[in-house]
Amino acid sequence: MTDPQNTAAPAATVYHDQPSANPIKVETRSVSVRYGDTQALHDVSIRIPDRGVTAFIGPSGCGKSTFLRCINRMNDTIDSARVSGSVLIDGEEVNSRAVDPVVLRARVGMVFQKPNPFPKSIYDNVAYGPRIHGLATKREDLDAIVEASLRKAGLWAEVEGRLGMPGTALSGGQQQRLVIARAIAVNPEVILMDEPCSALDPIATARIEELIDELRENYCLIIVTHSMAQAARVSQMTAFFHLGHLVEYGPTEDMFTNPHDARTQDYITGRFG
Amino acid sequence: MTDRAPSSDIRKAIETRLARRHRAERRFQFYGMAAIALAVLFLVVLLSSIIVQALPAFTQHTLTLPVRVEAELADPQDDRSEESLRAGSYSRMLQVALQDQFPSVTGRSELRALFGLYSSVNSAKLLNQVVENPDIIGETIEFSMPISDDADLYLKGLTTDERFVDRNEPLTLSGAEGEVTLTASDPVFSAFIEEVNDTLRARIQTVSDRAATAQARADRAETEDARQAAAAGAERARREADQLEERLQAREALSLSPEMASLLVRLGGGVVQITQLEPGGRVARGEVVIAPERDGVYQDWTEWRIETPAAGRRIGDVQIVFARALDDRGLVENGLNLILFTNADSREPELAGVRGALIGSVLTMIITMLMAVPIGVGTAIYLEEFAPRNRLSEIIEVNINNLAAVPSIVFGLLGLAVFINTFGMPRSAPLVGGFVLALMTLPTVIISSRAALKAVPPSIREAALGVGASRMQAVFGHVLPMAMPGILTGSIIGLAQALGETAPLLMIGMVAFIADPPTMGVAGFTEPATVMPVQIFLWSSGAERAFEAKTAAAILILLALMVLFNAAAIYLRSRFERRW
Repeated sequence: MTDPQNTAAPAATVYHDQPSANPIKVETRSVSVRYGDTQALHDVSIRIPDRGVTAFIGPSGCGKSTFLRCINRMNDTIDSARVSGSVLIDGEEVNSRAVDPVVLRARVGMVFQKPNPFPKSIYDNVAYGPRIHGLATKREDLDAIVEASLRKAGLWAEVEGRLGMPGTALSGGQQQRLVIARAIAVNPEVILMDEPCSALDPIATARIEELIDELRENYCLIIVTHSMAQAARVSQMTAFFHLGHLVEYGPTEDMFTNPHDARTQDYITGRFG
Repeated sequence: MTDRAPSSDIRKAIETRLARRHRAERRFQFYGMAAIALAVLFLVVLLSSIIVQALPAFTQHTLTLPVRVEAELADPQDDRSEESLRAGSYSRMLQVALQDQFPSVTGRSELRALFGLYSSVNSAKLLNQVVENPDIIGETIEFSMPISDDADLYLKGLTTDERFVDRNEPLTLSGAEGEVTLTASDPVFSAFIEEVNDTLRARIQTVSDRAATAQARADRAETEDARQAAAAGAERARREADQLEERLQAREALSLSPEMASLLVRLGGGVVQITQLEPGGRVARGEVVIAPERDGVYQDWTEWRIETPAAGRRIGDVQIVFARALDDRGLVENGLNLILFTNADSREPELAGVRGALIGSVLTMIITMLMAVPIGVGTAIYLEEFAPRNRLSEIIEVNINNLAAVPSIVFGLLGLAVFINTFGMPRSAPLVGGFVLALMTLPTVIISSRAALKAVPPSIREAALGVGASRMQAVFGHVLPMAMPGILTGSIIGLAQALGETAPLLMIGMVAFIADPPTMGVAGFTEPATVMPVQIFLWSSGAERAFEAKTAAAILILLALMVLFNAAAIYLRSRFERRW
C-alpha cells in the first residue's frame, strides 16, 4: 500500500480536459506563497471558468485557503506573507502595483468560515459596501440594492420588516446568508467562499448550498470545502490540493469517478485526510 | 493487547489521591477567601478611619453677632465714596461688636483672647457687604462668620473633656471683678485638690521609678564614666521626687499651673478662673473672667473642670470661657461647612476650602485629557494597525512599555526642564501640570488602547476588507468602535492615576500656597493653581490641628472624585459594549 503522505518529489499537476462551455474568469500562473521561512504554496497554475462553482478540496493545511486569499489579495494583510507568480482576472494582472486592492476586493467578494456580520443593523451590514464605494447616491437606490441583495441571498423573507435589528442577533445560517448578501451588494464578479458551511448545522448548510447553486447563474464562485460530498453536490469543477501543491484539477464528475493521481484517489475515497 | 490492571486497583489509586485533590482545592479556596477578607478588612479600616477623622471638617461653628455699622468707622471721609468705604476700619467694628457682648472685659490679655475667636480676614467680608450696600451704615446688622478653628474644635468637644458639677453649698464671693476670693463653709474644693494630688503622686511614682532604674544602671556600670553619669541621673531624679513630695506634704496653698487641669466657677452669670486653692478646700482665690451680677453669697453655683491642662491645648482657659458663653447665648451655631467647598486655601483653617484645588484639578485634567487621549489612541492605532513590524517598531514598543514604569517625578523634572525652562511656560500653571501629567499618562493610554485593539477579532477586519473597505475605513469604521470600551477604560484609569499624582507637580511649582482659585475658563490655564492631591499634601503638614480633619476631608473628596471617574468608565464601557 502506498502512503501518499510520503510521496517524494511531487509530480506535475494533472489537468483533466475541460469542457469549454464558459469563458475563463480567473487564471493563475505559478503562484507561490511563503509565510516567513515556510512555503505554503508551490507553483499553482489553474484556469477557473466564469458562471460556475469551482471547489478546492484537500486535507487541512494543504494551502487551499491560502490560494483562495491570493485571488483578492487578502494575503496582503498578513505581514509575513510573500506572494509570487501572477493572478489574472479577465486577463488582467491582479498583483501589479496599478491595481488597488480596494477596487479588486469590490470585484472579488469574500465569505469567511465563521459568519462575521458587523455589529450593526442588518440594513447597515448590507449597505456598508455600496456606501463606501458610493454605489448609491439616493436613499431609495440604497434601499433597492439592500433588498435585491437580501433577496439574492434568500434572506429577504426572513428579515423583511426588521432590517433595523442587529445582524449579530440572527442565527448562524442566517448570519452566513447575510454575509453573502453583503458580499453581493457591491455586485462582484467573483465570490470567494472559505469553508462557508463548516460552522453551520446540516439544515443551514443545505440552505447555503441551494443559494450557491442559484448564485452560479451570475457569478464565478470559488469555494473551499472540507466536505467531499459538498464539493460533489455544488461544484462543476474541482481542484485537489495536497501539501501546498495543486495535484489534480478537472470537472467534478470526472475527478470523483476517474481520478488520475493516486493521492486524489486516496483522499476522495477516504483513505486519508 | 496490553495487560489491564484490575479495575479495583485503579479505583483505589484514584480514591487515595482524590481526597488529597479535594483538600488542595478547598485549601486554595480558603486562601482566596482569606485574602479577600483581609483586603476588605483593610479597606474598611482605612475608609472608616478617614471618615471618622474627616467628619469634624464637614461642620463648622458660625458666630453670628449684631454689628453696628458706625458711620465714623465705616466711612472715615464721610462722603460714601467707595474709596472712603474701603478705608474704613471694619475689624474695629467687629471688635466693638464682640466687646459689647462682654462689657466687663477690659484686660489686654482677655481682650486678645476674645478677639482671637475670629480671623481678621472676616472683616473683608463685612467691608464687601458695606461697599455693596452703603445704606446699612448707621444700622445694626446680623453678621455671620466662622469661629476660629481652635474654638470650633473646642465646641465640637475635640479639644478637652469637661465636667460641669452643679453645687448647692453656700459660696461667698469677695468682689465682682479683678482678683477675688471664694469662701465656703464646707470643703467644696477638696475633691479637686485630691485629684490634683493624685496626679502629683502618680508623677512622684514615675520619677522614683526612674531614679531606681538609673541607680541600678549605675551599680551595674562597667566603666567609671558610665557609673558616674548614671548615678548623677539617679540623683537628679531623686531630688525631683523629693521636691514633688515636699509640695504634696506642704500644707500651703495649691497654685494651679498650666500643667494641671483647669478649674472654673460659674456663678451669677459670670465666670471666675481659680488660680489658687487653700489647703482644706474651703477657700479659693481666682480671677474674674466674666463679671457676675454681684458679689456676696451664692447658694447655687457650678464647678467647671477642664481636664486637659492648658499647656496641652492650643486654646486658653479665657478663650474657652468666651466661646462657651457665646454658645450658651445662642450666638454660635453648628452647621454644614460650606466654606470647605466655596473657599480656596487659607492660612486660617476655618476659612480654608478645596475649591481652588478642585478647579485646578479640573483644569489640569482637561489639558491632560486633550493631550494624552488623542495622542495616545492615535499612537496605539498606528502601531497596532498600520506600522510595519520591524526592528524600529519593536524598539518603539519596548520603550513605550519602559516609559510606563518610569517614576513620575522624572516626568516632573522633564516638564521643568522642557516646558518651563526651554519654552518659558508659566510656573505653577494647570497648562504645564496638564502637559506633565499627559506625558506620564501616555504610556498607560497607549498600552491599554493597543491591548483593546488587539482584542478585536481579526474576522471583523477581514469582513470590512473583504467588501473593499480601505484599511483606514476598516479601522475607524469597525475596529475602533469595538475597541472603544477598552480604550475608554484604559484612558480613564490613566486619567484617574494622573488625578491622584503629586510628585511631578511638585517639580513644576504647583505646590504653592494659592489663596485665590484660578478662573474657571481659558485664562485659568495659565494662572497659578494647585490640585487636590497637592492640597492634601499641604494641609497634612499644616501646623493647626484643624487641618488634620481638613486633610481627611480633602482625601474623602478626592476619593469621591475617583469613584465618580470610575463610575463614568463603567458606564461608558457598558454603553459602548457590543456583543460579538
